[in-house]
Amino acid sequence: MYPLAALDLLEYQGKQLFAGHGVPVPEGRVADTVEDAVAAAEEIGYPCVIKAQVQIGGRGKAGGIKVAEDRGQAEEHAKAILGMDIRGPRGEGPFTVHQVWVEGASEIEAEYYASIILDRSAKKLLAMLSTMGGMNVEEIAEKDPDALIRRHVEPSEGFGVEQASALVADAGVPEEYREKTAEALVKLYTAFNESDATLIEVNPLVVTKSGDVIALDAKVTIDNSALYRHEDLADLEEGFIEDEQERMAKEKGLTYVKLDGDIGILGNGAGLCMSTLDVVAQAGGDPANFLDAGGGSKAEAIIDALTVITSDEKVRAILFNIFGGITRCDEIAKGIIEASDQIDLKVPFVVRLDGTNSEEGLGLLADADLPDLHVEKTMLGAAEKVVELAGTA
Amino acid sequence: MSIIVGNDTKLVISGLTGREGTFHGMRNRDYGTDLVAGVTPKKGGQDVEGVPIFDTIKEAVDEKGANTSMIFVPARFASAAINEAIDAGIETVIAITEHIPVHDMLATYWKARDAGVRLIGPNCPGVLSPGKANVGIIPAQFFERGSIGVVSKSGTLTYQIGNELKQAGLGNSSIVGIGGDPIVGSDFIDILELFEKDDETELIVMVGEIGGDAEERAADYIAENVSKPVVAYIAGFTAPPGKQMGHAGAIISGSSGTAEAKKQALEAQGIRVGKSPTETAQLAAETIGAKA
Repeated sequence: MYPLAALDLLEYQGKQLFAGHGVPVPEGRVADTVEDAVAAAEEIGYPCVIKAQVQIGGRGKAGGIKVAEDRGQAEEHAKAILGMDIRGPRGEGPFTVHQVWVEGASEIEAEYYASIILDRSAKKLLAMLSTMGGMNVEEIAEKDPDALIRRHVEPSEGFGVEQASALVADAGVPEEYREKTAEALVKLYTAFNESDATLIEVNPLVVTKSGDVIALDAKVTIDNSALYRHEDLADLEEGFIEDEQERMAKEKGLTYVKLDGDIGILGNGAGLCMSTLDVVAQAGGDPANFLDAGGGSKAEAIIDALTVITSDEKVRAILFNIFGGITRCDEIAKGIIEASDQIDLKVPFVVRLDGTNSEEGLGLLADADLPDLHVEKTMLGAAEKVVELAGTA
Repeated sequence: MSIIVGNDTKLVISGLTGREGTFHGMRNRDYGTDLVAGVTPKKGGQDVEGVPIFDTIKEAVDEKGANTSMIFVPARFASAAINEAIDAGIETVIAITEHIPVHDMLATYWKARDAGVRLIGPNCPGVLSPGKANVGIIPAQFFERGSIGVVSKSGTLTYQIGNELKQAGLGNSSIVGIGGDPIVGSDFIDILELFEKDDETELIVMVGEIGGDAEERAADYIAENVSKPVVAYIAGFTAPPGKQMGHAGAIISGSSGTAEAKKQALEAQGIRVGKSPTETAQLAAETIGAKA
């Protein structure tokens, strides 16, 4: 489910995964201080490459990848890259660089693009290969669509040497590199299946001057639902949450995403929650978060949710939009009443309760007569009210 | 008529003996669904409020004539339960369980397809044909019998829209939650095809959300194959741009997967898209000529 359904590995974690499946990668070290980065560079030798480790593409363009020819440059680049903020090509982020990966520079003969991805429409895996590596795949597809070879993996066949060799030949890989390229692709496919990946992208997959085929980059996305059978990968997830509210929400088992606005929002179900954000935006408001309380929420979950929402100091008003299916509105109302006892809510609060046991829930709220709590009957009315309150709070 | 579930449904529930399984199973039965059996390994011979429990789905098919199975078991066992239903000769499998690994579903999807079994879900609220049968967790009290077919990726959003339709004096032939997982057994297109053929359905409401390109493909399909009016709603216009590492996703679908892209694709085919659940229900009411 949107938005936390997948775990994106950092480049070095992806490369470790590749190495574990026999896909050749350059020798390298991970470092989180300038000192460690310089020590790694000294150990690896020059020239070496210092690469920002963030879960986003476009690092090179953002200045997050630099070649160092000597110790002085290694220090200079590590200083510049560690701590920098990188935004993705679509404005995602920013992501702060906490780690760099230092690896030996490769002598490159040829650069390819290789990926394996889950094709949701076809319900098959799709392997793609192009000899126009280095640039991003959208550019390849635009410049020369025929240069990007796409082959679905037939569920009955899998992707072995035979399929990989055909793909490599179709992509126009020179004869002398075909065997090693195909071998690397088969190993990537094995890594994909064995790690429950939904995406592996290697750009570039390079042929070195000595004729070896190695993965110079690694973008790997793992299916969160399968993390229970990959403990090593599951441990990585914890380290990626930087935002204070997102960390709190994760600890409390809530699905929360921080946004830039000032209206705190809680809905039940991802679809209704997204729809609530949209309707608030249409009413002229600016949502502070996405928080899906999930199905069957009990009073305790509501207290947790309010704790997270109100800990964000930007929040000037709160909207609860609940349509009870499995969720019972009287439980939600109890949660709100208990929470207002335990937490200083500080800001005005709009509640819309509909569906299962809504009359009981509304009755409880009326009896409690909480200060600055506004009950609205409809989703649109509630959105308009909360926008008005956020403006005057 | 109605689609997928109805008066002919003979339901077996995998996971009926669990707390949630019992709660929703009994609600389905109370609604009038013909619940013939439950399945829990090693609990064969027991019963849940009079519903016999078997060790295997096969026994439920052989002894009770089950033709529809609902999957209500934990995620790590769910694809095996779906596979078991397929092997047992079940015609329709409705999988409620969420968080089933995508790789498991990929294999199960093809197994169902090859066997000619209709699979709905996973991670979906199920299917309700008002007045006939309810299989899943949809709260039936918010829906009336009528002529509007609803197909949706999202549960609570469907209840919201269903309730608005009800308040506008409209009812439903069937409500189908297809689920929002990357791999679902039935896409919008599969369900649109059934509604098009269903003589009780006069109008179709399609509820989508960001991600993938199922809505875009549905838009093209509707233009070619659906003669009945369709009204759509898409959630997620204000969703932040998600972290996206690789670019490969956009290349295969040719779509960015944003709400705006989906809205444009639908409108380009003449399909009206509501700005809110309320407006969507109003558009449906207007189109069908009822008094809103």
